[in-house]
Amino acid sequence: MAYLEVNHLCVKADTGKTIVHDASFSLNKGEVLALIGESGSGKTTIALSLMGYARRGTHIAGGDVRLGEAHLKDLPALRGNRIAYIAQSAAAAFNPSLNIMDQVIEAALVHRIMDRAQAEAKAIELFHALALPFPDTIGQRYPHQLSGGQLQRLMAAMAFITDPDLVILDEPTTALDVTTQVEVLRAFKQVVKDRGATAVYVSHDLAVVAQMADHIVVLNHGEIKEQGTTAEILHAPKDDYTKLLMAAAEPTNRVVVDALVQPVPLLEVRGVNASYGNRPILKDINFTMQRGAMLGVIGESGSGKSTLARVIAGLVVPTSGEVRLAGDILPAALSAREQEHFRRVQIVFQNASTALNPAHDVAQILARPLAFYHQLKGEAAQKRLLALIDMVKLPASVLTRRCTELSGGQIQRINLARALAAEPELVLCDEVTSALDTVVGAAILDLLAELRRELNLSIMFISHDISTVRAICDDIMVLYQGAVVEHVRGSDFDQVRHHDYTELLLSSVPELRAGWLEERKARTA
Amino acid sequence: MIRSLPLSGKIGLATVIFWLLTAMFGPLLAPHPVGEFVDMDVFSGISSTFPLGTDYLGRDVFSRLLYGARYTVGLAAAAAMLASITGIGLALTAAVGSRVLDELLSRFMDTMISIPSKILALVLVAAFGSSIPLLLVICAFTYVPGSYRIARSLAVNLAQMDYVQVAKTQGEGRWHIGLREILPNMIHPMLADFGLRFVFIVLLLSGLSFLGLGVQPPEADFGSLVRENISGLAEGAPAIIVPAIAIATLTIGVNLLIDAMRGKR
Repeated sequence: MAYLEVNHLCVKADTGKTIVHDASFSLNKGEVLALIGESGSGKTTIALSLMGYARRGTHIAGGDVRLGEAHLKDLPALRGNRIAYIAQSAAAAFNPSLNIMDQVIEAALVHRIMDRAQAEAKAIELFHALALPFPDTIGQRYPHQLSGGQLQRLMAAMAFITDPDLVILDEPTTALDVTTQVEVLRAFKQVVKDRGATAVYVSHDLAVVAQMADHIVVLNHGEIKEQGTTAEILHAPKDDYTKLLMAAAEPTNRVVVDALVQPVPLLEVRGVNASYGNRPILKDINFTMQRGAMLGVIGESGSGKSTLARVIAGLVVPTSGEVRLAGDILPAALSAREQEHFRRVQIVFQNASTALNPAHDVAQILARPLAFYHQLKGEAAQKRLLALIDMVKLPASVLTRRCTELSGGQIQRINLARALAAEPELVLCDEVTSALDTVVGAAILDLLAELRRELNLSIMFISHDISTVRAICDDIMVLYQGAVVEHVRGSDFDQVRHHDYTELLLSSVPELRAGWLEERKARTA
Repeated sequence: MIRSLPLSGKIGLATVIFWLLTAMFGPLLAPHPVGEFVDMDVFSGISSTFPLGTDYLGRDVFSRLLYGARYTVGLAAAAAMLASITGIGLALTAAVGSRVLDELLSRFMDTMISIPSKILALVLVAAFGSSIPLLLVICAFTYVPGSYRIARSLAVNLAQMDYVQVAKTQGEGRWHIGLREILPNMIHPMLADFGLRFVFIVLLLSGLSFLGLGVQPPEADFGSLVRENISGLAEGAPAIIVPAIAIATLTIGVNLLIDAMRGKR
């Protein structure tokens, strides 16, 4: 008999809307099951219901979850003891005012499974198993002293401290850089295997799931689309939605014809240094971008890629160096720039939900640059608004709505439309697809490629995802610790010998097949 | 608009409208002049001649309440409004202005907070004599620094938001950023703050009245009605209960309305 069984589970919002509809699956002891789907597919809701928990404003409306002998109503008593949960953002899940050790062993103490000394010894043993640095003393530190990848592994230690029967991992590596993700995945896999734990792994990333799971359940809009072993899903997907997910995960080539790029320098960055306080962020950045080009800037968090965009946009004043736009020097400080400078360079931020003012509706947001830069009012403005909305492929009905009522993909389109409203020469796209689901992100990339073709835009595309950048950019620049370590043409990317760091980045992107993690381990060992 | 309010909001709105109307038309409806002694007995109960009983001097509580609404609703609301608007205005100036300006304004407000408000009120009333405009200025003045503090911390946080950064890179001026980008997003917490300040001002006014510095007899605001009839507490006289209920309904009504408006943005 299966160890974990979910039978006809239904979760509804209190308003009556169905969030999860009739979900059934089972899992044997010692196996790993992956729940995969986009945001809003109900994957986290199902994961939470495995603990007998429903988020505020929702309730479990029907069906049963059985774990061993325990049924749905018994599950809450097992939380933190026999069932453990690892949340997506460890940085937000740790209490900043308690040290690590106290938080890791809390569950064991609360459930009176061990005394303090035993629990601490167990925790240190887990720190070793998870390959954490300074395992004997790391417990004395506080969350702000540790990196995201370390916290994510500590969170796993927290989950495993009680030797749980079921571990639920909710997008545990989504917030991490690729190179960190590989280490964390490896540590997770090892510890799950060693302890023979049964695990449920929630993710939107098929390639990651392929490394971790024995079984995959594909979800969309609260319904199970397909389930099977990892090999079945990856090699012979039956459902259309699964195929769509697979297609979005495979990098497709959107590189545009070279004819778009004119041999005229548009953006020239010369010897730019920038720092926050005494900490240097950018070190002697030099590059030239041609008019009509799409330049991909890759780097991990902390590499200075966003700072570079902010320097060009004028939000950060560099300590030295100059930025030229079509030959004219762009003044470093915002206050020294003129309206025309502002119009020609537009920045699009990663998180559209914070980059658009929640107090204004879409029409107000888009009308502002029209009135401000082009003095468009009344009917002319209205016409241009509709054209803009059409350009980003949204229905005109969104104009009267606020951003809080729209989906992530839609507001990212509005965010783009606002930049386009200024009719800029250079658009700085700062991680515009990172906060989006794979399928939605792919659609945004298609849109960018199309806009570029139609409007002859020059785009600086900043990302941490090397496969995305390779797919859409015709120039690729790699930033590492604030310096440019590589700058090549996209078409030459596969031929040239790469900088060691670029190689590391390339080899860290999980591939869509089982066994990649082990192979890579063998290669790097 | 009204229909979309939750029930609590409708109750709040009804109460607020009721008190606004009372403040406007109350004196016209009052059966007796405000200071007239109409009853030989003091603290008499509810009767057909005196719907809300009489006070410690045998005056009609109903009439005094109708007259008093003007002061409490008008004076307290106007002072709270003045305090909030000044506070928010200065806070926005500080948030979008230069660091020096922010520092100057903030330290000035800290100085203001350290002046005891009642003593300041005493000095001002002693110097200029009690009058309605002076009371208004004193009440507003006392509550500007608190309002400024809260508004500034909200505004400074909002000024870090991505949409403000975007507005800066688009070359928007300071006024636009302050009024169009920041202000709409802080208006709700500030309305809640306004509700609190309104209650505080009602209390400050009644405190001043008790010291003989507020609304001058025979006129009285709700606060002073409670204070002057305090000796009726042991008898459970309507003269003290009714003004207390009036203050409670007014403040609860204002706060219910403000809370209900938060839900829909």
